[in-house]
Amino acid sequence: MSTVEFDAPTSPSAPRGAAQAAPRGHRLRLGDPIFRVVATACGLALAAAMFGLAGVLIYNSWPAISGLGTSVLTTVAWSPVDHQYGALAALAGTFLSTLVAMVIAVPLALVIALLLVELVHPAVAHVVGTAIEMLAAIPSIIFGMVGIFVIVPFIQDKFMPWLMGTPLGNLPGIKPGEQFQGGGVSIFTAGVVLAFMVLPYITAVSRDVLRMVPQVTKEAGYGMGSTTWEVMHKISLRYANSGIVGAVFIGLGRALGETMAVAFLIGSVYTSIPHSLFDPGTSIASLIANTFSEATDKIQVSALIELGLILFLITVVFQILAQVWLRRVQRATGGRA
Amino acid sequence: MMVGTTVDEPTQIHSQATVVPPRLEVAEDRRGAGEDFAALPTEIAVRDLDFFYGKEQALFTNTIDIKKNRVTAVIGPSGCGKSTHIRAYNRIFNLYREQKAKGEILFDGANVLSSQTDLLDLRRRIGMIFQKPSPFPMTVFDNVAYGLRQHYRLSRSDLSHRVEDALKRSAIWDEVKDKLHQPGNALSGGQQQRLCIARAIAAEPDVLLMDEPCSAIDPVGTAKIEELILALKSKYTIVLVTHNMQQAARVSDYTAFFFQGRIVEFGPTTKIFSNPAEKQTEEYITGRFG
Amino acid sequence: MNSHRRQAIERGAGGAPLCAVADVRDFAPPRRRSIARRKATDLVVKGFSWIGASVGIAVMAFIVWEVVVRGAAALNVAFFTQPTPMDVTTNAGGFANAILGTIVITGVAALIAIPMGFMGGVYLAEFGRNGRIATGVRMIANVVMGVPSIIVGVFAFATIVKPVHHYSGFAGSVALAFIMLPVMARTTEDILNLVPNELRESGLAMGAPRWKVTLGVVCKAARGGLITGASLAIVRVAGETAPLLFTVLSSPYWMTGLFGPGGFFGGPVANLTKTIYDFSSSPYPHWQELAWAGALVIIIAVLGMNILVRLIFQRGKK
Repeated sequence: MSTVEFDAPTSPSAPRGAAQAAPRGHRLRLGDPIFRVVATACGLALAAAMFGLAGVLIYNSWPAISGLGTSVLTTVAWSPVDHQYGALAALAGTFLSTLVAMVIAVPLALVIALLLVELVHPAVAHVVGTAIEMLAAIPSIIFGMVGIFVIVPFIQDKFMPWLMGTPLGNLPGIKPGEQFQGGGVSIFTAGVVLAFMVLPYITAVSRDVLRMVPQVTKEAGYGMGSTTWEVMHKISLRYANSGIVGAVFIGLGRALGETMAVAFLIGSVYTSIPHSLFDPGTSIASLIANTFSEATDKIQVSALIELGLILFLITVVFQILAQVWLRRVQRATGGRA
Repeated sequence: MMVGTTVDEPTQIHSQATVVPPRLEVAEDRRGAGEDFAALPTEIAVRDLDFFYGKEQALFTNTIDIKKNRVTAVIGPSGCGKSTHIRAYNRIFNLYREQKAKGEILFDGANVLSSQTDLLDLRRRIGMIFQKPSPFPMTVFDNVAYGLRQHYRLSRSDLSHRVEDALKRSAIWDEVKDKLHQPGNALSGGQQQRLCIARAIAAEPDVLLMDEPCSAIDPVGTAKIEELILALKSKYTIVLVTHNMQQAARVSDYTAFFFQGRIVEFGPTTKIFSNPAEKQTEEYITGRFG
Repeated sequence: MNSHRRQAIERGAGGAPLCAVADVRDFAPPRRRSIARRKATDLVVKGFSWIGASVGIAVMAFIVWEVVVRGAAALNVAFFTQPTPMDVTTNAGGFANAILGTIVITGVAALIAIPMGFMGGVYLAEFGRNGRIATGVRMIANVVMGVPSIIVGVFAFATIVKPVHHYSGFAGSVALAFIMLPVMARTTEDILNLVPNELRESGLAMGAPRWKVTLGVVCKAARGGLITGASLAIVRVAGETAPLLFTVLSSPYWMTGLFGPGGFFGGPVANLTKTIYDFSSSPYPHWQELAWAGALVIIIAVLGMNILVRLIFQRGKK
């Protein structure tokens, strides 16, 4: 769509050029300049918010940054009592739980999107699609509660005993550490619930992007004698892949920063890196959530804010990557004739 | 590009058993008038084809013979059912739940509309070119190789030979030979359409269905595609839907005139355009409607 | 096969005649790939689609179901009228003060964020279509939307709570407003972009100043979408817990006015999400039931608002 750019204070009839505006000499035409200034100020406030946030985080974590140096990133244990402020356990937990979540959520999302776009009746697709969009709005505390009251007991009483009974139970990475009993609260549980938190968003965006594949192109694919799956993965997914990658990055960002559900479900073990998916651990967000209010020591508070800064930087990186990928979608679909 | 004056030897190696009769040597590459229609081998025989969009009937008892290695044009005013008709041949309409066809479309001895038909094989043998050029989101090479990779097991050198061959036969090789690994949609509109034709013929179809292939192309590109059609018909059977009567007159051997879902008249192109039997046909040809 | 290669090369470049080129059909017929296998793969993938979709949807439905069942059991009139219990021995109590608190905190956040976000969206849509600054602002807004809400809470703690050494409802509102701001701006921008340029041009051509055209004509045309966007943004932050953890905390009492230890600006204010968090982590069954009821209220509010705005303002968003 072509833009019509206007500079505010010119005579209102200038863009058309032809008609003469009736003179309004006695009215001060302040409306437009004020409007533009206010709007621009609000726009810039958005940018300022981000820099303000970064600045405040840096300022408040400075005592920890200068006092602890790189030990935050090299020490494993977070143990204020021993004056140990290591983020590695939290970073590992964040990374692992997010990994579990994405490994579950992304294929599931793609497969549901495939179903909605190609395999079901359009009316059904509309209903299910709308339901999925609404599910994306469910607050995380709900997931946390269902997690702790329903899923954790299930995993503890039914799933883990079954898993330990199979040969899989002895594989490294699966077998829980000795000091942990393979309880319901673990990286795995947190990852599973996280998966269903990001699933609706990734599904909705993937579906939207797949729907943008032009019908002619798909017909050409079928016309060549391809099966539904062949058209989907050789043509549609190729067309849509930038959008899907962008959506995955955004989902990733959400999983990384998710607090409430993870705080309930990951266990609160701050002192070691989990050796198994079924060990409890912690994540940066849940560590902050659980310990911030009781933190009294200045350095502890500052170290926690430093953790927050780290998390902030990680999510910003992923968000930027997501933006870059999503812009490719605009160029691919909007730019060409 | 020279067409119309070369005569090839009849080719014997076909995937089907039918033998092509030795072709008449003609000054113009135009068959139709002067041929014995009934004696020609029929590629597709349509009998009493009805077509429905939901409850609405769009085609009424269409009956027509599409002859092998000839160009059959399908003309008529917009909305008369021309595209609908040929889209029944490769059953592309099956993608849409509410579209249904009844009747018989006989191709290679079997009814295409029966539920036993293997759609994948059917579409290998009947290729389709669409109104809007639609290269796949991949390189030029991969576009042409698409059908080949999908239906056949080929060595890499065999594959490149066939791709090159298809591009040559689509009269686009010179323009893309340095661009084989660029995206298909980097080409101009007319080139994209010829790329789609190359893609279709690479997979060795018997029939090419062309649904208004030139309507989105500039006149120069259109001229190239028309020459291409004339050249291709010695190897393929072509059914060409067009709203451009002059195009039909230029390239086709036989023409079918559709009106409101029915085939009003069908015959050699020269006859249809010079001496049509039906009044409606004559009115359309002379521009009184449509 | 070599003969066609030779013929093909003979043709060379420039206007190669067409049919004289070796016909692919003169190649040896190629080996066919198994159609049965391709169809089998297609069927397997479709099967996985159905299974995966069923699993995904079943789990989501299960989550909502659990909340409904457990919450409904504890939901009664007292829930909406009585304040949070402090005594674990009785079965009395409700979340009335928490609900009020959330309404107030979210309302103040909306008062801050919606006008500013709206004007920010106006800036992006009307003044900054292609400018570099606007593109930068847009990208930053997108990035901020992805910042974890707990970090926003930390920010509000550092800027509002720390200097005055006490928690407050206001700090929570600021945190929620921070989250709402970019959401509101981008939503406004997207909605305004849907309004066709012709509308703007006709308004301006009549001699109206820019601000009148934007606010009067364009926004009126986009009214449905804008209300939808604002409602959804409000409901989204109403369910947030993390930003309130160290800004508002919670309180077992009713909010008492504006200042003073129980007031909006003066101290912790009871709110729904933190209360749910606290009560569900408590070991008392009755309190856990109340937490479920609270969760149900939230789900009803969130899903209900979503359905409502879709029904009423169908034309707003896609």
